[in-house]
Amino acid sequence: MFEKRMSPRRVAAIVLRQYYLMRGSPARVPALFIWVAIDIVLWGFITRWLNSVATAGFNFVPALLGAVLLWDFFVRVMHGVTMAFFEDVWTRNFLNLFASPLTIAEYLAGLVFTSAATSMVGLAFMLALAMGVFGLHFFAYGVAVLPFMLVLFLFGIAMGIAGSAIVLRLGPAAEWFIWPIPAIVSPFAGVFYPLSTLPAWMRWLARLLPPSYVFEGLRAIVKGGTIRPAALAWGAVLAVVYVLAACWVFTRIYRHAVRSGLIARYSAESLS
Amino acid sequence: MNVLSVVGLCKQYGATRAVDGVSFDVSAGEIVGLLGPNGAGKTTTINMLLGVLEPTSGSIRIGGVDLAADRGAAISRTNFAAVYAPPPGNLTVRQNLRVFGMIYGAADLRREIDELLVGFDLVAKADVRCGVLSSGELTRVCLAKAMLNQPRLLLLDEPTASLDPATARDIREKIREFAKRTAAGVLWTSHNMYEVQDVCDRVMFMSRGKILMQGNPKTLPAEHGKNSLEELFIAVAHMSPEQKDV
Repeated sequence: MFEKRMSPRRVAAIVLRQYYLMRGSPARVPALFIWVAIDIVLWGFITRWLNSVATAGFNFVPALLGAVLLWDFFVRVMHGVTMAFFEDVWTRNFLNLFASPLTIAEYLAGLVFTSAATSMVGLAFMLALAMGVFGLHFFAYGVAVLPFMLVLFLFGIAMGIAGSAIVLRLGPAAEWFIWPIPAIVSPFAGVFYPLSTLPAWMRWLARLLPPSYVFEGLRAIVKGGTIRPAALAWGAVLAVVYVLAACWVFTRIYRHAVRSGLIARYSAESLS
Repeated sequence: MNVLSVVGLCKQYGATRAVDGVSFDVSAGEIVGLLGPNGAGKTTTINMLLGVLEPTSGSIRIGGVDLAADRGAAISRTNFAAVYAPPPGNLTVRQNLRVFGMIYGAADLRREIDELLVGFDLVAKADVRCGVLSSGELTRVCLAKAMLNQPRLLLLDEPTASLDPATARDIREKIREFAKRTAAGVLWTSHNMYEVQDVCDRVMFMSRGKILMQGNPKTLPAEHGKNSLEELFIAVAHMSPEQKDV
């Protein structure tokens, strides 16, 4: 399970399994875009109303709706990983997978590719809705959009893998720990307000969160300024560190489960 | 030639020794029965052979490859079927075979799947989700999955446990034919002594984590003063811990 060689075919097998599930179950498809669509519609109307009551000159659409779109992209990436992982939890598939030549790196890579594909569907839907209905000029952010999305994608992958590791360690009942993670991170990441709004201790934590650099950059562009490349680069470095740390944690927890026998008796949730 | 060599295998959970210094070999083409009462350590042993449970001590070599040193190479020579590890019920038979065939690196996968579907009489069920199959059909899918990579070592944990006698006989025949054709070694756990006597070249009796005796299933009962393998099984299961330690 710990070999360094990666087999693209085994990674593809993990992605193919998720594709089969999507293709065979119409119930899974709306989940890719229904929640993000609700968010865009809700925040689209909120921004319209704010634009009508606020001082003329400030446009809430790129500041708030753009932030919601980027935040939802992060959430979709994270849930893309965890949902693919949960499919194996729900079908008690760990013994079949982990008693095979599949490595942890291949398994996680399969989850990441699955998440990339499913989150792109959500992103495309959000862009169509936000741009088509609420007049968001997404590409007005310029090329900064690409590093914004890269940082959020990496952080989403990290949170997804870390969440999966928690469920692997604590058992299927720990699933509910995973869903609120974005809501817990959100106030610290400054999605909707500048970090200067926060008290000092929250600002300190915000500096450890890659999304905070993205949303500060976003607001700087909306106000007509420019992003600080060094800050964004630091956000990207942090995101990579989170990904590596999440993979390390997942691998450690997997090794513990192999030592303790939990993998073979996963549905028992604990061995005591 | 041995496809499996186990030396001094132990698994300790706190003060409990689930597997206690087990050593055995399985030769190419040989079908070996691993027998014992519930909780004897059979499934713990199989989990260690599959690499999903780390031994406390001891070594496992599959096809000459040390499992601890090169897990990928060792496990790619192995496969397994167990009633408690069915393939995901929300994929069809063909989809499951394709996914696991890719994971196990099966060559010429399309042809392999077609042959297994025919061989296990699953053609009519190929596009049916595994979750709606009967237990007999699901067992056949598990076995088809277990043979996808033409393993040199096949681990079967009570493969016929929920089958009617006719289906169980067919399954036994297929496994025997597979072992003969591919020279795969088979380690087979079962509580059906008739089945074991019918199919196994050798049996090992396990109790309280130790292998107490082994031999030809047709002659072993007489060697221990019993009329049948079932009688011998019951005698072993009822031995006191002190007797077992002797």
